[in-house]
Parts: sequence; structure tokens; C-alpha cells
Amino acid sequence: MTALVEVKGLDKAFGGVHAVENVSFSVDAGQVYSVIGPNGAGKTTLFNLITGLYTPTGGEIRLNGETTNDLEPNQLAERGMCRTFQQMQICMNMTAIENVMLGRHLKLKSSLFTTLFRLPGLLRDEKSARQRAADLMEYVGCGDYLETEASAMSYGALKRLEIARALAADPKVILLDEPAAGLNAVETAALEQLIRRIADEGTTVMLVEHDMKLVMGISDHLLVLNYGRVLAEGTPSEIRNNPDVIAAYLGG
Amino acid sequence: MFDQFMKVRLRGMIVLAIIVVVIPLFLTNPFQYDLATQILIVGGAVVGLNLLVGFAGQISLGHAGFFGLGAYFTGIMTGTYGWPAVPTLLLGAAVVGAIAWIVGRPILRLKGHYLSMATLAVGFIIAIIINNESQLTGGPDGMPVPALDLFGWELSSFGLYSFFGIEFDGYELWYFFAGLMLLLAVWLAQNLIDSPIGRGLRAVHGSEVAARVVGVDTAKYKSLVFVISAVYASITGSLYAHFQGFITPAVAGFDFSIILITMVVLGGMGSTYGVILGAAVLTLLPQVLADFQELEMVMFGLILMLTMIFMPKGLLPTLGSMAGKRFAKKTGGQP
Repeated sequence: MTALVEVKGLDKAFGGVHAVENVSFSVDAGQVYSVIGPNGAGKTTLFNLITGLYTPTGGEIRLNGETTNDLEPNQLAERGMCRTFQQMQICMNMTAIENVMLGRHLKLKSSLFTTLFRLPGLLRDEKSARQRAADLMEYVGCGDYLETEASAMSYGALKRLEIARALAADPKVILLDEPAAGLNAVETAALEQLIRRIADEGTTVMLVEHDMKLVMGISDHLLVLNYGRVLAEGTPSEIRNNPDVIAAYLGG
Repeated sequence: MFDQFMKVRLRGMIVLAIIVVVIPLFLTNPFQYDLATQILIVGGAVVGLNLLVGFAGQISLGHAGFFGLGAYFTGIMTGTYGWPAVPTLLLGAAVVGAIAWIVGRPILRLKGHYLSMATLAVGFIIAIIINNESQLTGGPDGMPVPALDLFGWELSSFGLYSFFGIEFDGYELWYFFAGLMLLLAVWLAQNLIDSPIGRGLRAVHGSEVAARVVGVDTAKYKSLVFVISAVYASITGSLYAHFQGFITPAVAGFDFSIILITMVVLGGMGSTYGVILGAAVLTLLPQVLADFQELEMVMFGLILMLTMIFMPKGLLPTLGSMAGKRFAKKTGGQP
């Protein structure tokens, strides 16, 4: 197996605060790779670095062997990386299906001219994008909301919608930032199945999550962060029995 | 095959076309036609401005600058140098689009108040240049503009025309021509909005971060919509110059910029038909309030504030949802 995402000695400082310090790990293609740790450990900062929203102050990030430190999020999306957010980023000025079709953006290449005069190429593009978006919404379990305004949807449905949008680009790797936060037990169980299916179908999944039952159940590998540094790295059973992790995070 | 959007869109355009055709039944003199034609031309400009402000969520407080550039490009080239009207109008649009692209790249990095200030400055600079280059522009006294020459066929407000034995006054023809142009402007704007590019633009407004992570080059998209709205302003400015036959630096001025943005906010940001209603209300209002002329800008400011507070979605969307609720009460709402 080759490493899809590789992080070496990564640093991010905001002024004097080191949010992420000397973090290294690698994620193989097809894995479910989770990042856990106490609040403020730097998990979301790590995701923001990997997806290009922040620029690292040191170290290196590689995607498929290519150094991506200075790439913009949209350039990373072109290379097959997509994500969801802890604070959901849904376009409330659009319908549900338009949000997912937005995720298909990179696959739709209509020129400005084709667009302005609504030529057949555009209609073909839009039809295929709409079909794909509807299928994905069915796939994540919000197929009942196709033409619903996003602003009228429930929190749980929006969480699934955001995953559908991330999947719409046919990404190689999808980063989910606390997908289970705020979900009830039934919704979390459905989410677990969904993540498993995404991984089984060949998309690499990176996960930040606090729900230990969920994380331990589906992860192939875990990274534990504490105060911006790597506390431990390993399989779920290794992590569960690591005394440092128990002391800092899991609790005895 | 017509998709769902196409049907909804056609319905809106047909309603607008009917309104444009019906309104002359209530117009009795050239002055009223003049106002109605102004609404249609300025309506085209605000449809373009709405793409930037209403859909992409970026502000421009200097948009009259681009309108004025289009007007003066047409005035100078057709008037002073005798260029043909239509190619001049198109070349003017290209030049103004290029200027918008050059100024847009750096200033669209700014957000919120900073972007407002930068666009305000752009508008001021253009107005000052037009004011000062009096050899070209006639300065504060303004300049005359020849009638619109459509490939050898001259459309003048003061002309008399006859089609199939029916007599038309020039101002009547201008009204219908402007109506046709507005429909074209609306059609192109709607096509843009209902497309992958349009979704990218709306996403810049809805969540810029989301747009970026799904692959939208937000910097490029902001520039693109800034250029498109400037081209709208330039073309409508050129038409306005031909229609009025005389332009002054006021067409590029700060007051007019504020009026344009007020039209968008009042009519309804992100509502293509709403902003045309906004253009109509704010063009007619000064006529109704002619006695309070010196308070005009105060009135516009007040309208802007009250709209923001009491109907943030704007006039047409608010009226639409009120009508919708009433309708729902009558049909549903059984105890």
C-alpha cells in the first residue's frame, strides 16, 4: 500500500501559540483514519492544514506524493480531497440538491458562453449533475429533501447533506470533522454504516470525532493529539491500552 | 426538452413582457414615457448589479462609475469621433469589462466595509476623471450624444416612425426597445444563475469556505461576476446616453451609485424581478416627492435603513411570501 496522505513534522503557530507541533503520520489509501484528542488538541487545525485552509509554518504535507503545503483548498479539491466541517458550511441560500450539485462543481466544465446562452452542453451537464446529486442524497439518507430549501432542514439532515456534497466530487479522500456531533444514537449508528460504506467503496476516510464507540468501531488506525503534539498512533486496540492515552484522554 | 427551471423562468419572463406591453396603456405623454424608459434601462443595470450584490454577496458602492464610463465612451466615440453606435457600445463594454477586471483583482480580496470603501473610491475616481477631462467630456457641463443608430436605422426620441401603416412616436419605440433589452438582460442573468457557474457564485455568498473546498476558485469567480456586472452597467450606460441625448458627470456620480444599490436592496437582493421593481419605485419616488427635492438623498438613506430593518429580503420577496401566507390561510388552515 502507498501512503495517500503523508504528514511530516508539521507545525502551525498562531503568534506564540503552537496549535500543531511536529506532527507526523501517514494514511494509506482505503483506510479509515481517525484523529482523536481532548478539546483544543489541534485536531481541526490539522484538518484545516491538510485541506489548505491554513498554510503550515513548518513541515510538509503530501497528497499522493505531491507536496501540497502552498495549495489553495480548491486546488486540493481538484486533486481529490474533500471535507466537511465541525461548524457545518451549508449554503443556506440554496436548495438541498443545489448544495450537493455544488459539490459536483469540478466535474462541470461549461464555458461562460455556453452558460449565458444555455446551450445543450450546459443542459447535459446539469442533468447529469442533478442525477448524481439525487443519487448521493439517497445514498446518505436525505433523499426526501431534494428540493427543500437548505435553511428549512434539520440539523441531522444537514450533516448528511454536507457529506453528500463532499462525495459529489468523487474524492479520493474525504475528511469528516466531527460528523457525529449533535446526533442521537440512531443517527450515529446510521452514520457509522455510512462511513463504512464509503470506505468499502474505496474512498479513504479521515475522521475527527469524540464518539469513542464510533471511532473504535470503524477506524483502521488512530492518531491521538494532545496540546498539538502526537501522543500516540496505532490500531484501536493499541490505543485503547496505551497508558498515556488513558491518562490524557480516555480516562481510567 | 425544457427542464423545470426553464419553465419557471419562462413564466417570469412572460409576466415581465406582459407588464412591459401593458404599461403604455397608462402612459399619456412623452414625459411619462421618458420615465418608464429610464426605469427599463436602469433596470438592466441593477439586474447586473444584483448578480454581484444579491447573488455573489459582494458590495459595490461605485457602480455608477461603470455606468458612466459606458455612457461617456459612447458619447465621445459616437459624438466626437463619429463611430457607429452598436460596435461602439460593444467595444465600450469590453473596455469597461477589462477595467473592472484590473481593479477587481486586488479589491475583491477585501471583505465587508473594506470592499465597500474600495468600490466607493473606484466610483469617485471615475467621476472625478470625467469631471476634469473637460476637453473630452465637456466637464461638469456635460456633452451631447447622437441618437442611437442601429446599423443605419436611427432611433430617436423625437422621431416619427411608421410600421405597416401604424404611426409611432420615437419615444414610444425607445420604450419598447428598452423593454426588449431588459428582457434580454434578465434572460442572460437567469441563465447565469441557474448554472454551475451561478451555483459557484451563490456559494461565495452562502459559504465561501464551502465553495473553496468543493473546488470553486472563489477569487476568480468574484472577479468574473464583478466584470459581468460592470459590463451590464456599461451597456445600459451606453443605451442611456443615446436615449437621453445628453449626459453629465452625474451619471457616474456617488449619488447615482447609492441609488443603484438602494434599488437592489429595496427590490430584493437575489431577486431578479424584485430589483426591477426597486428600480421602478426609486425612479418614480422623486417625482412623487418633488416638493422635497433637497431631501432626496435623505429619503434614499431612510428607505435603505427601513428596508434593511423591516424587510431584509426586499420588497418583492416580502410581498411574495405575504401573498403566499394569505393564500395558504385561505386554502389550508382548516380547524
